[in-house]
Amino acid sequence: MLIFTLKRFALAALILFVAVTLMFLMIRAVPGDPVQIMLGPRATPELQARLTAELALDQPIFRQLIIFYGNMLQGDLGTDVFSGRAVTQIVFQQLPFTLELIFGSIIWSAALGIFLGAYAASYPNTLIDRMVAIVSVSFVAAPAFVVALLSLLLFAVHLRWFPAIGAGNGFWDRMDHLVLPSFAIGLSWVGYIARLVRASMLEVLGEHHIRTARAFGLAERRIVMVYALRIAILPVVTVIGVGMGFLLSSAVFAEIVFARPGLGKLVIDSITTRNYPIVMGSVLVSTGLFVVSTALADLVNAWLDPRARSAK
Amino acid sequence: MEKSQSEIRIILVGIAKNPLGFMGLVIVGAIVFSAIFAAWVVPYDPIEMNIRDRMQGPSWSHLLGTDQLGRDTFSRVITGGQVALKVALPAVFGAMAIGLTLGMVAGYGPKWLDNFLMLLFDTIRSFPTVMFALAVVALVGPSLQTVVLVVMATSIPTYGRVARTQTLTLRNSEFILAERSMGASMARILGVHMLPNIIGVLAVLAAMDIPTVIALEAGLSFLGLGVKPPTPSWGALLKDGYALVRQTPWLVIGGGLPIIIATLGFTFLGESLRDVVDPKLRKNQ
Repeated sequence: MLIFTLKRFALAALILFVAVTLMFLMIRAVPGDPVQIMLGPRATPELQARLTAELALDQPIFRQLIIFYGNMLQGDLGTDVFSGRAVTQIVFQQLPFTLELIFGSIIWSAALGIFLGAYAASYPNTLIDRMVAIVSVSFVAAPAFVVALLSLLLFAVHLRWFPAIGAGNGFWDRMDHLVLPSFAIGLSWVGYIARLVRASMLEVLGEHHIRTARAFGLAERRIVMVYALRIAILPVVTVIGVGMGFLLSSAVFAEIVFARPGLGKLVIDSITTRNYPIVMGSVLVSTGLFVVSTALADLVNAWLDPRARSAK
Repeated sequence: MEKSQSEIRIILVGIAKNPLGFMGLVIVGAIVFSAIFAAWVVPYDPIEMNIRDRMQGPSWSHLLGTDQLGRDTFSRVITGGQVALKVALPAVFGAMAIGLTLGMVAGYGPKWLDNFLMLLFDTIRSFPTVMFALAVVALVGPSLQTVVLVVMATSIPTYGRVARTQTLTLRNSEFILAERSMGASMARILGVHMLPNIIGVLAVLAAMDIPTVIALEAGLSFLGLGVKPPTPSWGALLKDGYALVRQTPWLVIGGGLPIIIATLGFTFLGESLRDVVDPKLRKNQ
C-alpha cells in the first residue's frame, strides 16, 4: 500500500510537472509580445520594461522555465499587474467560495443519487426502477449552466424563493445563497450516481455474503442498507474524485450566473481585463486540485479494494 | 459496400426498436434537418434588427418573442442549431480520428511510445475542461475555430485511451498474429484489421460526446468567449437572456430548452447505439 501510495503521488507530480510546462510553453507560443498583451496599448515604456524584467522575458526560454518553477515551488505565481498583490493571495482568497460550492453540490447529489440507485436496485424492473432510469438519463443530459439559468429564472426571479446574486454573509444566509447554484451543479450528478449505484448494487446483491445474510433471515431493508450499500458505493468515490474537473468546470458557470465570488468568476473577470497572471494562476491551482483529487480517489479505492492496487 | 449498407440498416432498426432510441433518432433527425434547411425554415432573418418590435413576448408572428434588438428568437434558435452542429461535428470526428490513431499506435507500437502518449493523455485530462478552454481563449481570442480546437484537444485523450485498451486486448489475438507472421506492415495491421474491430466502440463514445461538446460551445458563447455576435448560437441567446432575465424570460427559455432537448436526443441515441453495437459495454457504465 505504501509503495502504491508513493507511486501514485509520483505519477501525480509528474503529470502536474508536464501540465505546468505545457501551459508555460503555450503562453510563450502565442504570437506577439506578452508584455504588450498584458499591459495593453496604453502602457508606458517604463512599466513595460519593469514587467519584462519581472517575468524574466529577457532571458532564454529554458532559464525562464527554471525561474518559473523556482518561484512556483516557493508559492509565488507572479504578481497582479493592476493591484500589485500576489497572484497566490488573490487566488486562495477566492478558492474557499468555489470549494464550498463544489462540496455543497456533491453532498446533496451523492446522498440523493445513492438513495435512488439503491432503491431502484432493490426493486429491479418495476415501474419505480424504470422511472429512476429515465429521470436519471434526463438529469445527466442537463448541462449545469442551463439548469443554473433556468432555475435562476424560475426560483429567483419568478418565484423569489431564493436570492439571485452573491454568496451571502453569516451561516444561514450563506446556505440560502448556496441552494440554487449547488442545485444546478448537482442535478446531473444525481442521475449519474443513481445509475452507478444501481449497477454496482445489483452486482453486490448477487454475491455470497448477501445470500448468507438472507439465509439468516435478516430484514431485506437491513441487508440492502447495511451489508450491500457499503460495498456498492465504492465506485461513487472514484467517480467523484475523477469528476472534480467536471465539478470545477460547472462551478465556473454557476458562479457567473449567480454572480458568486470564486475561482470561475475570478478567471472570467481577469480575461475581460486581460489580467493574464491571474488567469494562469487560477488555471494552475484548479489543475492542481484536480490532479490531487484524482490521486486521492485512486488511493481510497486501493485502500478499500486491494485488487485495485495491482491494476496499475 | 452492400454489406456495410445493410449493417447500417440493422443498426438503425435496432435503435428504433427501443423507445428511447426512437425518440433520440427523431430529435437528432429534427435538429439536423432544421440545421441543414435553416434558411428555408426560419420565418425571419436571424440577425436582422427590428427595434420597433423589441422584447416582445411570444405571439403568432414571433413564436418565442423577440430580443432586445427586435430579432426573432425562434429564427435565432433554429439557426443556432446550425452553429452547434458546425462546432460539434468537426470537433468530435476530428478528436475521434486523432485519438483513434494515437491510441492504436500506443497500444501496438513500442513501449516507450506508449508511455509517452499515455503521460500526454493523462496530462491533458488533468486540466479541468472549462478552465483549459478559458486559458486558451484568453491567449488566442474567442472564435468558432478556437472552440473547435479546444474541444478537440480535450477529448482526444478519451478516444485515445479507449482505442489503446481495445488494441491491447486484440494485439495478441490469432488473426493479428497470423497477419504479422505473414509480414504485414504495422499500417496494414492497424488500418485493415484493427480498425474495424475498434471503430464501433469509438462511434458510441462519439455519439455520447456530441452533447457535451454542444454544451461546452454554448457555455463558452454564454460567457462571451465562444462564437462572436451577431452569430446566433444557443449560448449567445442565453447570454442576452441572462442580461435581460427580468424583462424577457423568453430568451433564457428559448436558448436553454434546445440545449437540453439536443442533449437528450444525442444521449438517447448514443445509449441505444451502444446497446445495439456492443451490449457488453452497458455493464461498465
